[in-house]
Amino acid sequence: MTPLPAFGSLAACEYADLGLRIGLEVHQQLLTEKKLFCRCPAGRRSRRWDARILRHMRPTLSELGEVDATALMEFKTRKQILYHLDKESVCTYEMDDAPPFPLNEQALDIAMEIALLLDVQPVGELHVIRKQFLDGSIPAGFQRTALLGVDGAVPVGDRRVRIQQLGLEEDSCRELSDEGHWRTFATDRLGTPLVEIVTAPDMRTPGEAMRTAQAIRALTRATGRVRRGIGAARQDVNVSITGGTRVEIAGVPRIPAIGRLAHNEAFRQKGLLAIRDALRSRRISGAGYAAPRAEVTGLLGNCEYAPVRRARERGETVGAVLLPGFEALLTRELQPGAWFLQEFIDRVRVVACLDRRPNLVCSEQLGDGPGLMEWNRVRQVLGGPPEAPVLLVWGHPRDVDTALVEITLRAQEALAGVPAETRQALLDGTTGFERVLPGPERMYPDTDLPPLVMDTGRWERARERMAAPPWALDARLAERGLGPELRRQLIAQGRAGAYLDLAADAPDPVRLAVLFTAHWRRLEREGLAMPDPADLAGVGAFQAAAPRQADLAALRDWARGGGARAYGAGAALAAHREVTP
Amino acid sequence: MSEDCCQGYRGPGRELLERWRVGVWSEVRVETEHGAFTGIVLPRSETADDWHLVLKLASGYNIGLDVHAVRAIRELGRREAHYHIDERSFPRDPQKPFVKLFGTGGTIASRLDYRTGAVIPAFSPGELYGSVPELAELCNLETEQLYSVFSENMGPAQWIGTAEAVAAQIRAGADGIVIGHGTDTMHHTAAVLSFMLQKPPVPVVMVGSQRSSDRPSSDAPLNLFHATKAAAESDLAEVMVCMFGPTSDEYGLLHRGTRVRKMHASYRSTFRTLGDTPLAMVGREGVTPLRTTYHHRRFSTRGPENATESARVEALAEFHCVPCFDDRASLVYYYPGMKADVIDALVDSGYRGIILAGTGLGHVNRPVYPALKRARDAGVAVFMTVQTLWGFTQMYVYETGRAIMGMGVLPLANMLPEVAYMKLGWALGQTEDPEVVRRIMLEPVAGEITEREPHDGYLLYQGGLPEMDQFAMQHRK
Repeated sequence: MTPLPAFGSLAACEYADLGLRIGLEVHQQLLTEKKLFCRCPAGRRSRRWDARILRHMRPTLSELGEVDATALMEFKTRKQILYHLDKESVCTYEMDDAPPFPLNEQALDIAMEIALLLDVQPVGELHVIRKQFLDGSIPAGFQRTALLGVDGAVPVGDRRVRIQQLGLEEDSCRELSDEGHWRTFATDRLGTPLVEIVTAPDMRTPGEAMRTAQAIRALTRATGRVRRGIGAARQDVNVSITGGTRVEIAGVPRIPAIGRLAHNEAFRQKGLLAIRDALRSRRISGAGYAAPRAEVTGLLGNCEYAPVRRARERGETVGAVLLPGFEALLTRELQPGAWFLQEFIDRVRVVACLDRRPNLVCSEQLGDGPGLMEWNRVRQVLGGPPEAPVLLVWGHPRDVDTALVEITLRAQEALAGVPAETRQALLDGTTGFERVLPGPERMYPDTDLPPLVMDTGRWERARERMAAPPWALDARLAERGLGPELRRQLIAQGRAGAYLDLAADAPDPVRLAVLFTAHWRRLEREGLAMPDPADLAGVGAFQAAAPRQADLAALRDWARGGGARAYGAGAALAAHREVTP
Repeated sequence: MSEDCCQGYRGPGRELLERWRVGVWSEVRVETEHGAFTGIVLPRSETADDWHLVLKLASGYNIGLDVHAVRAIRELGRREAHYHIDERSFPRDPQKPFVKLFGTGGTIASRLDYRTGAVIPAFSPGELYGSVPELAELCNLETEQLYSVFSENMGPAQWIGTAEAVAAQIRAGADGIVIGHGTDTMHHTAAVLSFMLQKPPVPVVMVGSQRSSDRPSSDAPLNLFHATKAAAESDLAEVMVCMFGPTSDEYGLLHRGTRVRKMHASYRSTFRTLGDTPLAMVGREGVTPLRTTYHHRRFSTRGPENATESARVEALAEFHCVPCFDDRASLVYYYPGMKADVIDALVDSGYRGIILAGTGLGHVNRPVYPALKRARDAGVAVFMTVQTLWGFTQMYVYETGRAIMGMGVLPLANMLPEVAYMKLGWALGQTEDPEVVRRIMLEPVAGEITEREPHDGYLLYQGGLPEMDQFAMQHRK
């Protein structure tokens, strides 16, 4: 095996050789006063909880008596889901104890503006749909979501990245912990309006994916009516390569992280395809692949390997599974610092809820583990080829059963190549298994709300309100003589419009731009609640012959005074003079 | 195009489908002024407007398109919906009790047609086994759909039919009965069945769901499991309602049929016992009685083999089914300022009995008095209950109460107004004699009047109080 290439070391043509395709699903919270389907305040972060509610999620069957794959996986985990409630931020609606209230019109108005900026084909009638989630992140077991338009585009550099659809939906819970069979959620964020923008898989390099995410973020911020800050915008990154499968890396909050994640995922898929080919060359076939498994607690009575010894002390069982044909494959590196074995470790952790580390040991691992004699005893029970790797897992008997089945399933999937998964982004740029990728089969109409007419008049009014798109702002900022970095910042921070209003009379547009970008951000970081930038227009203070160094102090005073409304233009000028020596 | 092909479409919507020779379930490409959309034509709700076309897109989303903006429709194919539900046979085990499940409407369990979004009710034992396989751990299950009506459409014919069907099954030797019922009027049916089915030897458990069974968070499977467990295993031989105790997926409560009431429009834990404590808690592990005074099970197929038949005969000797109901009864919720004509109208329309839900201890205002006298003189039986729901009528305390009793109005102690209404219809169904009706009304049959109200029969905690916040944090809701 050749070593994994480092992120940043590849040219675009090398990604093209892989057949890399990246698509994004951008989730952007909208700046509304209230939530989408109830009248709870939006954007409130709770730190204390009044009550807890326990729920379970059960899959509902399709008309063929079959359960959606994700749903089945979540059911197998037998999770107890505990919701933490703060009565100031959640009501009976979010907790699935009351039907929805009419859709928040303020949220719809903002979403319509974004739809127009993305140039999607608008729908004539909004239908609220239920999208099932069984991980517990939504107490109802489904998210209410509605499509506003399809087939738009966003300019990224000299390309147009296609937008497949734009939806308006309610945000899910924040996960607080996931340990064993217990998963805990904070409900404050639940129900916050957000738009979901889905691009086509048009991006060919990790860099292009990041630029597209930036472009979409700038576009939504151009409305001035989207939420900002940690978690207010999250990207799902869909990655595939030729011969691979669409894999979703869910909920990436930071755009700069997207590139490395996509790069690593591309090579993880390449590695999985190489493993598939190796298995095929060993004449291991997917149909009827059998992995012998057995309960082996009794065989390891004297085992000194600490995790097994401790499991026995707790009265747990130990299970073993043999993977014929997988010799020397489990230790292949698929992501930086993560072997193929990690895929099995993840499945056992997520599906069987065995999350105490380590949760399994493999006969091919060097170092700590059971002794040779013990491995041999286990092998004898399992039968099968002597060179095949053996995995041991330990825990509650029911969980060990689930784990052994899950290991076999993952091995079978390896024979097909890349399983369709939702993966979670880890801090080091690698990913871990989160759940099976859900399909469109989990969508069905919400019978609680009637369709909402989106007639031409409504779309026309949205067009009148619509903010200038970022590319138009960029051109106008360039006319004022601003460089690309200042232009990018002004647009990304949503203050380009206010700046342009003021810049027409400004003797030094660049100096004013610095005030709107660097100074502004600095004061925000100091924790100052910055007033509406449009109010600064009335002040006219920051264009005088005062020295540049005084700008920051004057802006701080202006902000502390609550902006022009509280301050008055005269006072602002006076304040400006005061700090002027 | 046949009627079916344009399911729910009227006016311009229907014309559009006919013009382009497409219909519901056609896979189409629709050219509009705003661009093209590809999807499957879905049926249109009959209550929706007539100028939108509904498409299901490949992404699973539904959208509506303004028919006036449509330029052309091309049919790409057809995707017929089929509503077949796969059945798995419910396992039989002679060691397990026999439970009969009756359906009256609503959905206890259901499956989704994801393509159309239709919710398909699952009811046969095989279908239920597919949705709630845990039921097979409890019992041998037989099912019978008696009615398919929303609970607000249950009426005398359905109550009598249900009582007779349950009685037949009890006589045939079932270990327990479960009745699936919409929740809105479940307490009405529970009350009337409590009167019609006297001294049942086995549990008769009514159950429903507050969250439709198509959603993963539905309370339906757990409610059904709890109710079946109570019917199969519990010692409580009464007509009961089994629904969630807290809103959490923790345990169910068994409420006596004559003391239970739906108290919240949408909460899972909406059913509460009023003026008393619930009979029992039911969880995965078993049924835990919360009180000692209840009617004990007198029959089980799992008893000693030689004793079974004689026990059955003995138990059935005490059991009576009295399936009567006269709907010339009414329930009047009194409000300040009520005029006599409200009562007069009922008397003039031939009603034979009236339940008043009065204020406080059982009061109505003076302008109604002449109507009460008139009702008495016309032979209409009038009874008083309290609209406070908790507490007893006491009509001696105030002059008003004494005056009202003087006009022939009989107080019904702490009988709940809806329960009193159901009992009145049942009593009127048995006799023409107002005196007998009065006697039946005052004689407790199934716990509808209790002798005493324990202090914890009325617990309405108020949110915001420090001790309540503490309680909520310590116990899951």
